[in-house]
This record gives sequence, C-alpha cells and structure tokens, in this order.
Amino acid sequence: MDPKERMKIPRQKMPEQKPDVRAKNFNEVPFGYTEELALKEANRCLQCKKPSCMKGCPVEINIPSFIKLIAEGHHWEAIRKIKETNSLPAVCGRVCPQESQCESYCIVGKKAEPVAIGRLERFAADYERRSGKVVKPGLAPPTGKRVAIVGSGPAGLTAAGDLIRMGHKVVIFEALHKAGGVLVYGIPEFRLPKEIVQAEVDFLADLGIEIHLNTVVGKADTLDDLLSDGFDAIFVGTGAGAPLFMNIPGENLSGVYSANEYLTRSNLMKAYLFPDYDTPIATSRIVAVVGGGNVAMDSARTALRLGAEQVHLIYRRSKEEMPARSEEVHHAEEEGVIFDLLTNPIRYIGDDKGRVVAVECQKMELGEPDQSGRRRPVPIKGSEYTMELDTVIVAIGNGPNPLVPSTTPDLEVNRKGNITADLQTCKTSKRGVFAGGDIVRGAATVILAMGDGKVAARSIDAYLKDPGWWDRPAPEPTPEKEEKKAG
Amino acid sequence: MHKIVRTDTLAPSMFLMELEAPKIAEKRKAGQFIILRIDEKGERVPFTISDSDTARGTLTLIYQVVGKTTAQMSALRVGDSILDVVGPLGKPTHIENFGTVCCIGGGTGIAIAYPIAKALGGAGNTVISILGARTKDLLFYEDEVRAISNELLVCTDDGSYGQKGLVTEMLKQLIDRGEKLKMVVAIGPVPMMKFVARMTKEYEIPTIVSLNPIMIDGSGMCGCCRVSVGGATKFVCVDGPEFDAHQVDFELLTKRLATYRDKETESYNRYKHSKEECKIGRG
Ligand SMILES: Cc1cc2nc3c(=O)[nH]c(=O)nc-3n(C[C@H](O)[C@H](O)[C@H](O)COP(=O)(O)OP(=O)(O)OC[C@H]3O[C@@H](n4cnc5c(N)ncnc54)[C@H](O)[C@@H]3O)c2cc1C
Ligand SMILES: Cc1cc2nc3c(=O)[nH]c(=O)nc-3n(C[C@H](O)[C@H](O)[C@H](O)COP(=O)(O)OP(=O)(O)OC[C@H]3O[C@@H](n4cnc5c(N)ncnc54)[C@H](O)[C@@H]3O)c2cc1C
Ligand code: SF4
Ligand code: SF4
Ligand code: FES
Repeated sequence: MDPKERMKIPRQKMPEQKPDVRAKNFNEVPFGYTEELALKEANRCLQCKKPSCMKGCPVEINIPSFIKLIAEGHHWEAIRKIKETNSLPAVCGRVCPQESQCESYCIVGKKAEPVAIGRLERFAADYERRSGKVVKPGLAPPTGKRVAIVGSGPAGLTAAGDLIRMGHKVVIFEALHKAGGVLVYGIPEFRLPKEIVQAEVDFLADLGIEIHLNTVVGKADTLDDLLSDGFDAIFVGTGAGAPLFMNIPGENLSGVYSANEYLTRSNLMKAYLFPDYDTPIATSRIVAVVGGGNVAMDSARTALRLGAEQVHLIYRRSKEEMPARSEEVHHAEEEGVIFDLLTNPIRYIGDDKGRVVAVECQKMELGEPDQSGRRRPVPIKGSEYTMELDTVIVAIGNGPNPLVPSTTPDLEVNRKGNITADLQTCKTSKRGVFAGGDIVRGAATVILAMGDGKVAARSIDAYLKDPGWWDRPAPEPTPEKEEKKAG
Repeated sequence: MHKIVRTDTLAPSMFLMELEAPKIAEKRKAGQFIILRIDEKGERVPFTISDSDTARGTLTLIYQVVGKTTAQMSALRVGDSILDVVGPLGKPTHIENFGTVCCIGGGTGIAIAYPIAKALGGAGNTVISILGARTKDLLFYEDEVRAISNELLVCTDDGSYGQKGLVTEMLKQLIDRGEKLKMVVAIGPVPMMKFVARMTKEYEIPTIVSLNPIMIDGSGMCGCCRVSVGGATKFVCVDGPEFDAHQVDFELLTKRLATYRDKETESYNRYKHSKEECKIGRG
C-alpha cells in the first residue's frame, strides 16, 4: 500500500453500545476494535521514519513498530512491543487523552483524522488479556534491596512493576481495601472495567510484589518508620485525593456530594448494586454536577445510570475550555446530559430537614484570558436564577492529601501542599524518598503518573546501586527531552 | 482477615468484639478509630478503638446494634473473621495533665469515653467520670470505668439505677459542689453532647466532643464526614474526631447523619427478614 492509499482509509470507529441503552447500564461503552477493524486502522499508519506521534507519548511507546505488528497480524509481538515501555496498556488505551497527546502529533492528522493509536493499543492489550496467556517478564537477579511504594495508583503500580524487574523486593502500601487508586475508586466501570485493573494488579502480585491493603502510611507507619524498618528507598504516589469545595452557602446540605464521594460509593463500594451491596447512594430525580473535567463527566454519566431523570452539568466557561477528554464530552452529550455552560452556582438551598432542594446560579461571560491562557469567566449582573434539584455533585478538583507530608517533617511541599520533587528524577528533599504522579503534579493524567513511576524506578535503581547517586546533580535535560515535556 | 478472639454481650443490643490486628494495636492511641468491612459486599463502618492488647495483638470494639452491619457483627462468633480493618485513623486525643477533668459517656459513648478517660488518668489527671443510660439494662462498663476513675457518678433517665436524671444534671452537681474542672470530655448521642456543650459554655469550661458522622474512606478522600466547626468545614476522619464542643454545629451533624435513613432501614429490614426466613427454614 502506498501512502496515498493509506491516507484514503477513513479512521475506524469503535463499535459501542447505543446511547439510550448504555445510559441505563454500567457495562463498558465501547466494545473495542474487532481484528478486522484493527487491521484496517493499523494500515492507516504511514510508518514515519521520524514518528512525531512518539513525542506525544509520555512513556515513549514505539508507536509505528507496534502498529506495524498489528497490521501484519502479529498481535502477540505488538503487545510485547508496547509493554517494553508501558505496563498498563489496557488502561491507557482507554483513558489517555489521546487527542492532546500521541494522536495530536500524528502526521496523518494534518490532512485527515489521526491514526487511532489509543484504540489500537487497547486492541492489542485486550487481545492478550482475553487469550489468558499473559507473558511474564524475566526478573533480574535479586539485589537484596527493599523498596516501599506508598499508594497503588498508576504511578505506584508502574514504579512497582519496573522495580521488581530490576531485582528489588517491592512492597506496596495502599490505604483502601483495593489496589488501583483512581482507576478503581474514581473512573467508572463503564469507562474502565474494574476487572482490567484487577488483572493488572494480580499480574504484579504474581511477579512477587507484596501488596498491603488497608494501610494508611502516616497513620499506621510513617515514612521514617518504613526507612528504619529496613526499606532502602520509598516511592510516594499518594495522588491528589482531597476533594475541593467552592465554600459557598449550603455546600454541607445532605445531598451535596464531592465527586470523590459519589464515585467512590458507586465504583469502589458498588452502591449501584444496593441493597445487594450495603453502601447506599442517593436516588435522584434532578442532579447538578459542577465542573467540566473528566471527573465531572464521570459523575454526570454515573448519575444517569443510577436513574436520575435529568442531569445538568454546570460549567462556568464554554465547551471549548472543558478539560475533559473530548470523547467523554461527546459520550455524555449523546447520553442526554444537559450542559448548562457559562453558568456558576452561587448557593444551595435546603429544606427544613437539611436536604438540598435547589441551586441558585449565575450566568457568566468570557472576559480576558487568565494565566492558564483560557478566557476568564466573569459573572453577568442580574442573571441569577434558581433551579430545583435533589442532588449536587461538586467536581471542581482535588488537592493533595496531607497525611504523608504532615507526618514527615523533612519532606518539602509547595504552597499548595504538593510534594516537591524534581520531575527529571522524582527525587524529593528527603534522602531515599522519591515521589511522582498527582501528589507532585496536582491532578493530572494516568499516563503522566505512569511516566513518573518509570522515571522514579530508574532513579531508585541507580540510587540503590550507588548511594552516592543521590548527591550528584541530575544530568542536564537533553533538548529533545525538553521538547517532549512541552508537548 | 482479622480473626475474632472474643465476643461478649454487655447489654441488650450492646456488644463487645475483640479481634486480631497487631499492627493497629501497637500503634493506636486514645481517641483513634478503625474502619472495618465485614465482607465483600459490606459497607465501610467506623468504630472507636475502646482498648487494645499489644501482647495479644488485639483491639476491642464496643458497638450498639443499630442497623445491618452492626447486626451482622453481633452474629459473628469467636473464630470468625472480619475481611478488612484499617487504622488507626483520626487524631489521637490531646493528653496532658490538666488537673481535674470530667469524662462523660452516654449510651454507646461510654465505649468511646473509656479509652480517653484511661489515658487522661494515666497522665496524672484527677478523673471524675459520669456514665448515663436510659435505663439500668443499657448501662455497661461500669466496673471498667470505675477502675480508671477517681470518682464515678452513674445516672439513668428512669432512675432504675444510680441517680435518676441526665448526665448534664450530674455535671451540674459537680460544678455546684465547687469542683474546678479544667476540661470536660463528653461523648454520646448528639443531643447529649449539645446540651453538655451548652452548659459548659456558660461556665467557660473547655469541652471536647468526639463526632460520629457517616464515613467511607477515613483518610480525607471523600469529604462525606464533613462537619462545621467554628464556621469552617472540617473532615472528621482527618481533622478529628475530637473537636471543641463550643464550636461544633450539632444541627448540621444530626441532619447529615440522617441522609440515608430510609435506605439504612430498608437494608436492615431486608437483613432481619432474611434471618427470620432462615430460622423458619431450619425449624
Ligand atoms: C473521576 C476521575 C476520572 C479521571 N479520568 C481520567 C482520564 O480519563 N484520563 C486520564 O488520563 N486521567 C484521568 N483522571 C486522572 C488520573 O486518574 C490521575 O491523574 C491518576 O490516577 C494519578 O495517579 P497517581 O498514581 O498519582 O494517584 P492515584 O490514582 O490518586 O492513586 C493514589 C493512591 O494512593 C493511595 N493513598 C493515598 N494516601 C495514602 C497513604 N497515606 N497511605 C497509603 N496509600 C495512600 C490512595 O488510596 C490511592 O489508591 C481521572 C481522575 C478522576 C478522579
Ligand atoms: C469515628 C466514629 C467512631 C464510632 N465509634 C463507634 C463505637 O465505638 N461504637 C458504636 O456502636 N458506634 C460507633 N460509631 C457509629 C457507627 O459507625 C455506626 O453506628 C455504624 O455505622 C452503624 O452501621 P449499621 O450498618 O449497623 O447501621 P446503618 O444502617 O448504617 O445505620 C442505622 C442507623 O444508625 C444511624 N447511623 C448511621 N451511621 C451513624 C453514625 N456514624 N453515628 C450515629 N448513628 C449513625 C443511621 O442514621 C440509622 O438510623 C462511630 C462512628 C464514627 C464516625
Ligand atoms: S500510552 Fe497514551 S499517549 Fe502513549 S501511545 Fe498510548 S494512548 Fe498514546
Ligand atoms: S505519526 Fe501517525 S502515521 Fe506517523 S508513525 Fe506515528 S501514528 Fe503512524
Ligand atoms: S470519611 Fe472520607 S473524607 Fe472523611
């Protein structure tokens, strides 16, 4: 096939559940590519000599190579190629914001739609998992060193997976009763089936990683306890798990949830199966979700599936500024979520039992760009109106959890409470302690957290082999690396 | 898995459970709690650590049966296990030698006040304890509390045991007889804590209460345990569970506790019903 022919193939859609059907169940929305569709899509890749797509992937997957292997029908080899640098492809293929990462750099995207890199990655990963024959990597000979990983989100899991391959003993400490971080308690089943996360966790346990659930570091043991208990290094990947509120009147009424609470009840505690499972969640008629990111979309779509008649998404800017993945915005719209854009809640109104019954909102218009480059929303005077509802889900963001820093006096944090770490190495201010993912970056993405986990594993390995490594300054970043970061 | 090594009935619907959790037993301090999950379908439910035994590696929980989970717990026997236990959670009680302190436990609150009174006594305070219950049968832990207190006052609402009256009346007696109370710790039903707080505010006695909102994770992640203290929103699981009683918005706490009342009742009734069917089936 010559490039011209390749360019003529349209981007292949993933078959998915119909909107009216899926809005009533918790099953995964897209079914994934069939082999035939995957082959077609793989043939769209031009196999660039200098593949620009790779610049957009924080873990540097060799994209043209794995796509070529799929095109040739060598799906086994394809997944092995991906796994050389990405240990959670089934997850990334589903939740990476591809349109602003790898796919935004794809050359095909200049003229037509970019190659569906994420969907192909997902195809290869699912192919392997469904076959039940997941290949175990070889482990380096034991080094006798022990590393503690605090938090089992994508950052912690990635660091753990890489470190055990390097021959170190790895123990993960997780506060909740299931490993996976946001992947299990935040992102809903219909977007990321929990079975997939569990398979990845089981795989790590199979490699010999010890996982201690129900262990809140900072409460049970502190970082110092772990270091004096014989751990040679620690990676902190505790995420951005502390929900933010707007501090407007009525926010503590019954029926006003943080997105974390709403999603945790539904995902981790399976409240959608109440009363078979014991954890309850609101039965709602009219729901307002406040926010415009992935967390807000997930909350809104969960509320629909829990039976709400109307779900409003209240966002203070316009659709273009929404930080959510475009695919999820599209899915939410198709399913019937009502977008109240350029709107901001100013107070919640309760009844005599303290239950929320209405929200007062204000319309906004876009003014001058702010620091983030997005146009700042400004309230329009006299535009206030109230809307009846019975449930509110606040999804305006998450801050860092202070439990670890507050019990580790010599661990530096910034003004917002995020742990200070050099992203080149993930080194913190405390000797032997590394950190990455959302606890360092603030709420970011799965793939960036995984990228940090990789960098940290490499640094920890270097440090364990030669403790003097800690005192040497990190090498200057190469210009190419810089470019990647800017992407 | 955490094996249950002892169970006991303290009063009708009031039970004790001692279970294995060596790490938590070693680390825990007065005022802290755990969250447990009985089985895969279970809720995450918080309980104060009433006592611990580091040699045996066990924790003692005292609980009242009010809904499904606590009913399930009361049906467990020695040798059975609890699936998940996480802790110790929350901030420990601030313990120092204040002088004379009064610890008040009402109903289930006795279980929560006990470890705090014990720790305060251990730090050299003169501890005067007040225990209150609706009626004689509901009173428990009297001997245990007496053993760690310099003085103990007991009252019941109906006068069936101890003095007849409410804990606030006992507290008033102490104040009237001229006790210089440096601090009051009051733990029990929300209305009780509210009335104690109202009284001690009048007499300007610093007062601590331990709050019991609905919780999920217990590590500051969900915000479901939020309360208002001095006008600011606090997360009880990480900022508490103990707060300055004079600053707490008890109304809000009561209302938020009622959020799931209908569903909890539904769940409990289904459970009771299924148990009854079991019995009929067996008979
Ligand atoms: C609802 C939702 C949807 C999202 N959707 C997307 C998406 O589509 N695409 C995308 O790329 N990103 C998405 N994100 C963001 C992404 O999930 C995060 O950036 C990513 O999970 C961060 O990974 P992490 O490993 O740093 O932390 P987390 O995933 O937050 O994991 C941290 C873990 O540490 C544990 N922990 C915390 N404190 C302690 C302690 N003291 N001791 C022990 N354990 C502790 C926590 O319980 C948790 O399990 C979403 C986030 C949310 C909340
Ligand atoms: C930090 C903390 C420490 C606690 N320590 C103890 C303890 O030592 N002993 C003990 O018996 N209980 C304690 N509780 C309360 C205990 O968690 C609840 O009684 C338990 O959740 C009931 O579970 P259930 O499934 O049996 O009943 P549910 O079905 O959850 O509730 C049944 C009824 O109890 C009410 N209720 C629910 N949750 C609470 C709550 N947290 N507090 C008060 N009422 C509630 C409901 O409104 C409902 O009417 C504590 C709570 C907290 C937050
Ligand atoms: S991991 Fe994410 S960014 Fe990298 S290739 Fe896959 S989908 Fe793209
Ligand atoms: S840039 Fe696009 S066409 Fe080129 S190798 Fe990457 S995916 Fe293929
Ligand atoms: S219980 Fe979730 S924040 Fe306190």
